[in-house]
Amino acid sequence: MNSMTGQANTVNLQGNKACALGAVAAGCRFFAGYPITPSSEIAENLAKELPAVGGVFLQMEDEIASMAATLGASMGGIKAMTATSGPGFSLKQENLGYGMGAEIPCVVVNVMRGGPSTGLPTRPAQGDIMQTRWGTHGDHPVIVLAPGSVEEIYQQTARAFALSEKLRTPVIVLFDESLGHLVETVALPDVADYEKTVRKWATGKPEDYKPYHGDADGVPPMARPGDGFRVHTSGLTVAENGFPTQKPHEVDALMKRLLGKVALNNDLIESFEAVECKDAEVVIVALGVVGRAARKAVKELREAGIKAGLFRPVTLWPFPTESFRKQTAKARHIIVAEMNAGQLIHEIAEVKTGKQKVTGLNRYDGVPISPVDIKKTVKEVLGHE
Amino acid sequence: MNKQVALKADDAKKTADGKEFNIRDYLRLDLFPHFMCPGCGHGIALRALLWAIHEQGIDKDKLAVVCGIGCSGRVGGYIDANTFHTTHGRPLAYATGLKMARPDLHVVVITGDGDCLAIGGNHLIHAARRNLDITCLMLNNEIYGMTGGQGSPTTPRDRFTTTTPAGNREPVFDACKLAEAAGAGYVGREVTIHLPRLRDLIAGGLAHKGFSFIEVMSDCTEVNGRKNDLGSSPEMVLGQTRTMRPPDYEYDSNVVDHPFRPSGLHTGVFVQSDRPEYGAAYRDMSEKLQQGRTKP
Ligand SMILES: Cc1ncc(C[n+]2csc(CCOP(=O)(O)OP(=O)(O)O)c2C)c(N)n1
Ligand code: SF4
Ligand SMILES: [Mg+2]
Repeated sequence: MNSMTGQANTVNLQGNKACALGAVAAGCRFFAGYPITPSSEIAENLAKELPAVGGVFLQMEDEIASMAATLGASMGGIKAMTATSGPGFSLKQENLGYGMGAEIPCVVVNVMRGGPSTGLPTRPAQGDIMQTRWGTHGDHPVIVLAPGSVEEIYQQTARAFALSEKLRTPVIVLFDESLGHLVETVALPDVADYEKTVRKWATGKPEDYKPYHGDADGVPPMARPGDGFRVHTSGLTVAENGFPTQKPHEVDALMKRLLGKVALNNDLIESFEAVECKDAEVVIVALGVVGRAARKAVKELREAGIKAGLFRPVTLWPFPTESFRKQTAKARHIIVAEMNAGQLIHEIAEVKTGKQKVTGLNRYDGVPISPVDIKKTVKEVLGHE
Repeated sequence: MNKQVALKADDAKKTADGKEFNIRDYLRLDLFPHFMCPGCGHGIALRALLWAIHEQGIDKDKLAVVCGIGCSGRVGGYIDANTFHTTHGRPLAYATGLKMARPDLHVVVITGDGDCLAIGGNHLIHAARRNLDITCLMLNNEIYGMTGGQGSPTTPRDRFTTTTPAGNREPVFDACKLAEAAGAGYVGREVTIHLPRLRDLIAGGLAHKGFSFIEVMSDCTEVNGRKNDLGSSPEMVLGQTRTMRPPDYEYDSNVVDHPFRPSGLHTGVFVQSDRPEYGAAYRDMSEKLQQGRTKP
């Protein structure tokens, strides 16, 4: 019983702390990071939590090393995470790509702040939406979860571990300074199923094992060092036996499986929130913290007789395209409200199938988009018809 | 008489179970022929490493070899063990995570002079400072071999490389001094011509509990040797005897340095200390916390 609220299982929690606790609850036993505002509380909380449960906390020399050490720990067989913010996320990109290519599960948290460069370290922004999709070089599979509340941070961080382990790929958890530092009273969701999800380990005869031969779900079982498989792991493009190849048909097969495993498992990956979209004339697309403002705006617009709705992708990448199309089928307008100069809007313009007019609502002044901003834009687009 | 056979008979030490070293037991023979140019010193380093692993009686299943990118980084893939070919400059950071997660594994890092001292220099400093139980072999051929012979942080003065077309003017790193200053528990250097000595140096590193840094002076016959008229590969290897400074060598400023090697390059074990190993120190703290004996 919480003395403040009188509710069962509720706690007062900061977003970053919820991220740390969600990770531990999901079975994370390794964290490597480098201090950076506004994500440092994730590391600080894990520095306390992990050794107390027999896990490892490492403060590395930089974000490149943090990403590498996280992957190294996961290659050893334990659930591992790193967390950072803008500049640090940029530094992680090369090794993040290694994790995607060599298929090493891990969770990477990016608590966004204003950019470019050092930008606005203590102010919120959503300028890394496209970096999470295209940050590392080459074609690569991407899963990004974008929670919109402290409770969701806890839950989606735990879910990120499950997806990452199951699909053998890094999963990015993306939120921003305002959510990272927000303190809310939350009821901690049960994440036991996420904790139980562990990767498929190679079993059977080592002679028969092909480290990069995907099962029906596109995911190859992983060999744990010490189990007798003695496999090779490489960032080079590899054949099914794990050794480098340049044979076009082998390269093509690997790339198809690598990119395909995300599409193949979309039912598992997809998640979104849709509010009053069914008959909505105007659908606001909003991510993370902006979803909160949009929810309030939709309620007030409905009260004023305007048919507004909200579509909030919780799984940002792969974008929940089919669900988005269904939810916006009736709309004449789509407003993409984002705390950047226009990133998600490109995806929306590409995936929408109808004649909806797409308008951007953008703020990049370090201030979250407010319900007032959204209502104003809705009225503007309707007024302009 | 075949010199190598003679060497083996003289120097082969046996493991506890009395089995003599056979390199084939430790290689992925199906990957042969290997990528190395004829006479490349990296192959000799690989032999020395495997021999040392044999002597130390390390189980291949419990051996993790983490490599960077370069010709040096490609060497690890031939070892019949758990091998990880990571990214350029970062193998020590990967190895740090792996060793902390899996203290039961023997973790060996194979890196190059560019990989370890240029792009990965910061990781070397911090791996040495942490003194985690990792054995790091830096194959120093004084060049970026894999990318076609550009200058590296150990390229000697006046050496011609594709990025020092008028001769190198940048000073070199002394990697062993760097590792020592940063806190490595075991530091040594050896040349490839003295295979048994190199083997013993590596074996000492494998046995040492803490961060072991071993600099192997290796010859890049192809993109370094040819460009600088350093002779055939046997000549290059023999040249090592004229330039190395064994442990008892007293530096004499009147001795003219051989152009192959930077001045005053000593070989041998330079550091062997009992500084606390980080993994054990961390686990001790963690155990106390788990038993509620220490406050976080
Ligand atoms: C981030 C990055 N930068 C550059 C390269 C290109 N590259 C590959 S190997 C190498 C140099 C390797 O030199 P060294 O470490 O001395 O190894 P050697 O080939 O001499 O054994 C470079 C620069 C790369 N692979 N990745
Ligand atoms: S380029 Fe040099 S370092 Fe690379 S394999 Fe050839 S001789 Fe060895
Ligand atoms: Mg080199």
